[in-house]
Amino acid sequence: MSLRSPLSRVLGLGSAKAGTEHWWAQRVSAVALLLLGIWFVIALTQLSPGSYDEVIRFIAAPVNAVLLILLAATLAYHSYLGVQVVIEDYLHTHGVKVLALMLSRFIHVLVAVASIYAILRIGITAGIAA
Amino acid sequence: MAEFRLPKNSRITKGKHFAATGGNAKSGRIKQFAVYRYDPDGGANPRIDTYDVDLDSCGPMVLDALIKIKNDIDPTLTFRRSCREGICGSCAMNIDGGNTLACTKAIDEVGGAVKIYPLPHMPVVKDLVPDLTNFYAQYASIKPWLQTRTPPPPDRERLQSKEDQELIDEPSACILCACCSTSCPSYWWNSDRYLGPATLLAAYRWLVDSRDEATGDRLDYLEDPFKLYRCHTIMNCTQTCPKGLNPAKAIAETKKMLASRSH
Repeated sequence: MSLRSPLSRVLGLGSAKAGTEHWWAQRVSAVALLLLGIWFVIALTQLSPGSYDEVIRFIAAPVNAVLLILLAATLAYHSYLGVQVVIEDYLHTHGVKVLALMLSRFIHVLVAVASIYAILRIGITAGIAA
Repeated sequence: MAEFRLPKNSRITKGKHFAATGGNAKSGRIKQFAVYRYDPDGGANPRIDTYDVDLDSCGPMVLDALIKIKNDIDPTLTFRRSCREGICGSCAMNIDGGNTLACTKAIDEVGGAVKIYPLPHMPVVKDLVPDLTNFYAQYASIKPWLQTRTPPPPDRERLQSKEDQELIDEPSACILCACCSTSCPSYWWNSDRYLGPATLLAAYRWLVDSRDEATGDRLDYLEDPFKLYRCHTIMNCTQTCPKGLNPAKAIAETKKMLASRSH
């Protein structure tokens, strides 16, 4: 029970003066993913199925490695932004929401770092072997 | 946490059936109206009462049927109505699964029984009357009036070009019936913080008013992850608007204004 006026409740803590960057970042990363995604799908169709060595050589090629790293990073970033919105939309218990936002950030960073490390490792190992 | 079912006291039960009687029953044109009923004083759960209405002695619109039910069958039925011509917004309700005005929705448009509920996801005062306190407070929060620093010309009104007026023609045709906001899932989940399409359309109406001098302050107020950016372009608002307006576009334009002032 609160005797706060309806207007006071609506005004709440005021404007966060934020959100535009988030919205813009979602769009920019979506466009980046579209371009990287097209490249990735085309590249996949060029690989012969079942050939481990060929895939390793593909990942190790500098241009491919750079694009793959970009893809992994952008994918994780875009997904993080989206999952954040889902959490804010649906979780209304404050503590649970804060925990979920933290966990989501940790997982996305973990996925991004692990993917980038894997790509780098293949690239660098191949470089040393050559 | 997330809730997946209605709270216990909101679950709907089966109500009474008011069958056609006497002379009514002879007419071939009987239409069933299944109406949401809730009495805050009784303590019982909401229920669906069914009324058989003789269309031969009833006007063409759903509001006509509701008035006939209240006059002839069940005077306890409660709903808001005023102008009966789609300009006051009082009789906004959920008819046949969509939010619209009872006075401009023809009974003919609905096949089978006409299901009538209050506007979705709002506290219900009684029967078809939702509590719009929060909705009106949200509208008030965007300061829906002209704000200027330039004093008005002493001898006449503030002038506007024809093109500038055209920008606000559509958004100012909103009648604040709340059909759009209460059709929006983002508004359902976060109406305590998200302003909703009706209020954002009203805010846009002042953002593009050439006479207004508070555009920056208005954008400042809206620039918030919840007040504005809960809109995910679901478009229910535009689809349901009984006046054919486009709140989703107004919100998209507002986001573009915000993006262009920071880039």
